[in-house]
Amino acid sequence: MNPGHFILYEKEYNEIQSVLMKLLADSYAKVVFLVDKNGSLLSSAGETGNFDTTSLASLAAGNIAATGGLASLIGEKEFSILFHEGERDNMHISVVDNRLILVVIFDRRSSIGLVRLRVRRADEFLERILRSIDEAAQKEEEGEGVIEELTEADIETLFK
Amino acid sequence: MSFINYSTREINCKIVYYGPGLCGKTTNLQYIFRRMNPESRGKMISLATETDRTLFFDFLPVSMGEIRGFKTRFHLYTVPGQVFYDASRRLILRGVDGVVFCADSQLTRMDSNLESFDNLKINLREQGYDPDRIPMVLQYNKRDINSVASLSELHALLNYRNVPEFESVATTGVGVFETLKAIIKLVLIDLKKGRK
Repeated sequence: MNPGHFILYEKEYNEIQSVLMKLLADSYAKVVFLVDKNGSLLSSAGETGNFDTTSLASLAAGNIAATGGLASLIGEKEFSILFHEGERDNMHISVVDNRLILVVIFDRRSSIGLVRLRVRRADEFLERILRSIDEAAQKEEEGEGVIEELTEADIETLFK
Repeated sequence: MSFINYSTREINCKIVYYGPGLCGKTTNLQYIFRRMNPESRGKMISLATETDRTLFFDFLPVSMGEIRGFKTRFHLYTVPGQVFYDASRRLILRGVDGVVFCADSQLTRMDSNLESFDNLKINLREQGYDPDRIPMVLQYNKRDINSVASLSELHALLNYRNVPEFESVATTGVGVFETLKAIIKLVLIDLKKGRK
């Protein structure tokens, strides 16, 4: 993978989307979303219209970062699963392959046990997809060159 | 680390406002939030203490339009400036694509500026960045106050890389968007080069 940026192509994006849709259905969740550790939203499924997913993504990443900091203070590598219980909705946050964050929001139609079980399964698929993203990045076959071909004139158009 | 999604045709980058406590980092974001078209920016999140000091970070997502069919989105973060929040600052620098160093122009704050700038360099190195290469812009804030250092003094103190520098009054917005535009340009140019 290019150390400077994380590139997601259509094929892998669609595969991730399928995994999230399946996780959503299998865990009876309200919303599922996948975020990178820097807080950028990669993909989501479910009742996303009711949530500010950009803010959720940023705060979930902040949450993982903060608990990771706590973990290292007590000699742990990281806390890979977080669970927040609310009056109505609950949130299950887990780290995938040490680089992405999977967030599941669910209510009383589901349970923490079921969510945890389904998330574990989804993790396996997501890790597989991540490996193929790495391979694609190494080959750089699919690079459409848009980023590399950016000119300063293109960048200037943003400010006109 | 920027995130490029070819499927949704989006480019996401992370910009961090760094600087000593009370230099105006949050004020920069608040001004951007107030002045940007609501369709081009998301909600501003401030994780602050009861006395409105930044506790963890402020966050403001902004969209700057399209380049070659790609939507460009920038996630603006501030760090908590107070010295003892160093662990939080390190976390927020993770995955950063560009830094705005916001300096307090008041003469009495020169030591704090330098201490924060040195702290930035240490924390960047810890995250695997080269502080002499990462896209960076300097902003000399609070230019409306009487007892401020001259531009040349601030330049000599902080701008050894000769990066773009701007005078600002973040409370009234002077220099705020100029700073933002400059760092966005540098981040996109760096993205093109594809290096960290």
